[in-house]
Amino acid sequence: MSALRRLVARDLVLAIRAGGGAALALAFFAAVATLVPLGVGPDLKLLVRIAAGVLWVAAVLAALLSLDRLFQADFEDGSLDLMALSPLSLEAVALAKIAAHWLSTGLPLTLIAAVLAVAYGLPASGTVALVASLLIGTPAVSAIGGIGAALTLSIRRGGLILPFIVLPLIAPVVIFGSGAVLAELDGLANGALWFLAAFSLLAVALSPFAAAAGVRLNLGS
Amino acid sequence: MTFALDIDKLTCIRGHRVLFEGLRLSLSAGAFVSLEGPNGAGKTSLLRMIAGFLMPAAGTVCIRTEAGVALTDGEDRARAVGWLGHQDAVKPQLTVREQLTFWGQLYGGGAVVLGPFGLAPLADVPGQFLSAGQKRRLALARLTLTGRKLWLLDEPLAALDAAGKALVAETVRAHCAAGGIAIAATHEPLGVDGLSLHLGAA
Repeated sequence: MSALRRLVARDLVLAIRAGGGAALALAFFAAVATLVPLGVGPDLKLLVRIAAGVLWVAAVLAALLSLDRLFQADFEDGSLDLMALSPLSLEAVALAKIAAHWLSTGLPLTLIAAVLAVAYGLPASGTVALVASLLIGTPAVSAIGGIGAALTLSIRRGGLILPFIVLPLIAPVVIFGSGAVLAELDGLANGALWFLAAFSLLAVALSPFAAAAGVRLNLGS
Repeated sequence: MTFALDIDKLTCIRGHRVLFEGLRLSLSAGAFVSLEGPNGAGKTSLLRMIAGFLMPAAGTVCIRTEAGVALTDGEDRARAVGWLGHQDAVKPQLTVREQLTFWGQLYGGGAVVLGPFGLAPLADVPGQFLSAGQKRRLALARLTLTGRKLWLLDEPLAALDAAGKALVAETVRAHCAAGGIAIAATHEPLGVDGLSLHLGAA
């Protein structure tokens, strides 16, 4: 257990220190989320309706920015070989990397989304629903992205292919994530969050195995 | 039982080309093998096969532990292997001490030792400021940290100065003397007494 935590901590440090992907993802997210209201114009009714959709799409794209390097940096410099030989299973390595990715991008994205929602005039209840949906849904983005990152490991410029593999699988997260906020705004019964939670749990539970299989395949090629 | 490595009728095919076939090698504790051969002869492939990364086209690799357990499965063998790849796995953002501490904890090995590897003055220097030779020394220090019995070294002398090369030889000698096994793919003699296995141009 402590080895797993060590790996999460090390990946977090690498993501946060210079050259890591965390700051880039956050900057991208903040830029997109603040530019859209400026581009759309001061139609508050419209902004409230599109807030969740825009913030969700921006969050997913920002997360994808750093996802392609999830295993690749360690693959290229030989660190992944050493991890594969360590007492940790590759499944545990994959889980640690996915967890570190979520902690360094998904979680901060969720937190600043609460602030950025102000630019869209999202009411408090809508902001709470947005933060809840991001909190529940972004782990699924990191997890599914992790599978894509593992599969495209040895492909040069695999980052270009990654979105095409990952986006169809992430689409439900965006649909139900922003749907949960709209349902809240419309005062409808909100089942979307439950579906999102189920989807997220499934993705997080299964992805380490799929990602480890992808890594194993690439280490043996 | 002593620690041993048995390779039987091992065949390696890469990209439809047979690199070697029917390779046999039996090593017991204390053995050192220098793996020689021209570029592309399959030295790295053999090391990756022993470590369990590559599946052999035919044949078996078996590591026998001191407890008498035979590790034939690739995933099981991986847990007995100490790896010094041709890449140094050094992170530019982390200091020398941070990297060694991390790997030490991941492998559940002993305390971080810097002195013998000439890394003591570099303990708090980030990886990005290390020279190629210094990164190699870090990789060597990490290898000893793993506490593994079977060392697989890919071009261990690359980028090292004379003192560094002597250090590699000394470290490998000490490892073999302590009952370990080491196999090194190399283009120049390591300066350690042992067998030599020539791949390619057979």
